[in-house]
Amino acid sequence: MFQEIPSGLCLVLSGIIFSIGAIGAITRRNVIVIFMCIELMLNAVNLAFIASGNAFSSMDGAVFVFFIMTVAAVEAAVGLAIFVMVFRLQGTVNADEVNLLKG
Amino acid sequence: MDAIGFKFILFMITALVVIVSSVLMATRKNPIHSALWMIVTFFAMAVIYLLLNAQFIAVAQVMVYAGAIMMLILFVIMMVNMDKGDEKKTTKAPWSFGKKMAAALLMVILLVELLFGALFYRMTARVGDYPADAVAAVGNAKTVGALLYGQYLFPFEVASILLLIGIVGAVVIAKRNK
Repeated sequence: MFQEIPSGLCLVLSGIIFSIGAIGAITRRNVIVIFMCIELMLNAVNLAFIASGNAFSSMDGAVFVFFIMTVAAVEAAVGLAIFVMVFRLQGTVNADEVNLLKG
Repeated sequence: MDAIGFKFILFMITALVVIVSSVLMATRKNPIHSALWMIVTFFAMAVIYLLLNAQFIAVAQVMVYAGAIMMLILFVIMMVNMDKGDEKKTTKAPWSFGKKMAAALLMVILLVELLFGALFYRMTARVGDYPADAVAAVGNAKTVGALLYGQYLFPFEVASILLLIGIVGAVVIAKRNK
């Protein structure tokens, strides 16, 4: 049988990916790219779940990742519908230019 | 080369691909390039899931993320006019040097904290009932399915209602008003 990958390495990778996603979500201004960075952060969390589930020979990690994927899919559908609507109303998808609530 | 080294080397290469492609995703100016690098990231993550004995999740990753979500994102990128969302042509002033440095410092602190937690925190938990060999004997998808329809039946039903609400909500929001 193959030897397992040390779970610490997977958690380090998860932390690096989460940080990249957080940096992108803070510095970018295009809402769709921000959205993709948030998806990347969700993926990093999924990786942490799978790595810990594997380390503890538990299946709960996979089940939690399944639910996270469900929520991510719903979030993608509703979020992108909102972006399309914002683009129709404001004519832009730049997060700095969107000021619908400003009086 | 023995089998032990092979899996580790594959993990390292895939981890490198994930990091490089996600950095490219976060930095490309063209959103379509970002989306395509994101797909590379998702596929590489699926390989890592395979290496961690999560075959069902690896396939679901490719189907849900790389298939459905990224296709939706590419559709929306092509639907909205990206020239007007261009980050260069914004009317707002770009970030000042101090603001950039503060953000960078914040991110470095976050990264160090995460790495510190990942490397030095000793996780203690009861070892579960699903060692890799036993799961492989039954089948990964079968085990996950038995859990989803058994122990996690109620959250599974709630997730289905959530998906239904998501479908209806997306249609209602994106519907063009007459």
